[in-house]
Amino acid sequence: MKPFAFERARDVDHALSLAASSPGARFLAGGTNILDLMKLEIEQPPRLIDVGRLPLAEISETASGGLRIGALATNTAVASDPRVRRRYPALARAILAGGSVQLRNKASVGGNLMQRTRCPYFMDAAKPCNKRLPGSGCSAMEGLSSTLALFGASEMCVAVSPSDMSVALAAFDAVAETVRADGSVQRRPVETLHRLPGEAPQVDTDLAPDELILAVELPPPPPGRQVWRKVRARASYTGAIASVAVAGDRVALGAVAARPWRARFTEAALADGASPAEAAGAELAHADGPESRKSLVRRLAADAIREAKEGAAS
Amino acid sequence: MTTIRVNGVDHAVDVDPRTSLLDLLRERLDLKGTKKGCDHGQCGACTVLVNGVRINACLSLAVMHDGDEVLTVEGLASGEVLHPVQQAFLTEDAFQCGYCTPGQICSAVGLLAEVAAGQPSEATADLDGPVTLTDAEIRERMSGNICRCSAYPQILAAVRRAAGAAA
Repeated sequence: MKPFAFERARDVDHALSLAASSPGARFLAGGTNILDLMKLEIEQPPRLIDVGRLPLAEISETASGGLRIGALATNTAVASDPRVRRRYPALARAILAGGSVQLRNKASVGGNLMQRTRCPYFMDAAKPCNKRLPGSGCSAMEGLSSTLALFGASEMCVAVSPSDMSVALAAFDAVAETVRADGSVQRRPVETLHRLPGEAPQVDTDLAPDELILAVELPPPPPGRQVWRKVRARASYTGAIASVAVAGDRVALGAVAARPWRARFTEAALADGASPAEAAGAELAHADGPESRKSLVRRLAADAIREAKEGAAS
Repeated sequence: MTTIRVNGVDHAVDVDPRTSLLDLLRERLDLKGTKKGCDHGQCGACTVLVNGVRINACLSLAVMHDGDEVLTVEGLASGEVLHPVQQAFLTEDAFQCGYCTPGQICSAVGLLAEVAAGQPSEATADLDGPVTLTDAEIRERMSGNICRCSAYPQILAAVRRAAGAAA
């Protein structure tokens, strides 16, 4: 790990002013992703600003009947919250499918959104990777990754977001509230918080360097059943090959793009009376990638939609 | 200076910010019970309890834990009387080489508290209902601890036994 300066923020303003005055500085919450990447020297921030003790862990009701989840609420706290379990079970299930208990006890909601891809070529500092080292090339394009992007990729990068949580958040139309050093507050839909790679895959999100996530707001859940499904290489404690969250008439796919992917073609097809298989196919018709992977995602989405409609898996 | 209480003893240490909580325990405080396996949060050998909650000590910086209370495998027994989870691991022969065992034991101690608090897991069928500690629940909740000797059936039995003792 490269040397870095460590500073614990006294309050949000202190954290923001430190970030604004330290180029390359990164916020540190639970640390479960950034410290891992710093050990691999994939991340080399000159300064870590510890925001982990700021009072941003509360989960509270909103006036509109939704929930506001503080950015520092741990994954465990969110998945264990009775209101989340009752009203947003797809979110609780998505979180419980991610990592191990040890990691979820430490990982925060804000940190989960800011985590970087787990593309094996991004994680291997010896390999070319445009996200890690701009202009060096993409090893994954011709490589062995089982999680190539099916949507929104570019010639530069085919990495996917590894977050399970954000897939459910996108299905619920969740919004991330952020603040910058100049005091400006922004509300960014979780669905589009992450950029598609385009020509600059090294930039993960639209957030400015001095922009801190304060909370994630969930609108009231849509009517209808909720389903979460995740396909992975073993039964527990590993990343998704693909995932899907269904909330009423909304469908979001995971591990298929650089952001949680709302399946709008699927949703439109369902509104037009399509079957689950037809609706899943409507989205995958726009996918770019190996047929085997498209087939897996198509069947996964169709199965989850069917389960949401009928209350039983096929 | 970072002040940290480990197994009931206060320590004030001046550490390089790069020092993980795991390296602080092992290299500075000479508490070698907590093991370094992968050092990347993938194996669970370094599991300790911080303020009663199990975490991977390898993926945390010592400087993040100023004022925290850490419990390691060395702090579980009361004198010569083993913690019920330690005793259950002995009774069920829940290890072969033993390298992952401190992490497994600390993890199981955390698990029992989480279940008592009603926290669900991926294996919980009804998120709205109470948690029943089935074998499937134990397996899922212990999945963050890898055992290369594959003593999983005995580890499962030990956690089941400890849960019965704790109930």
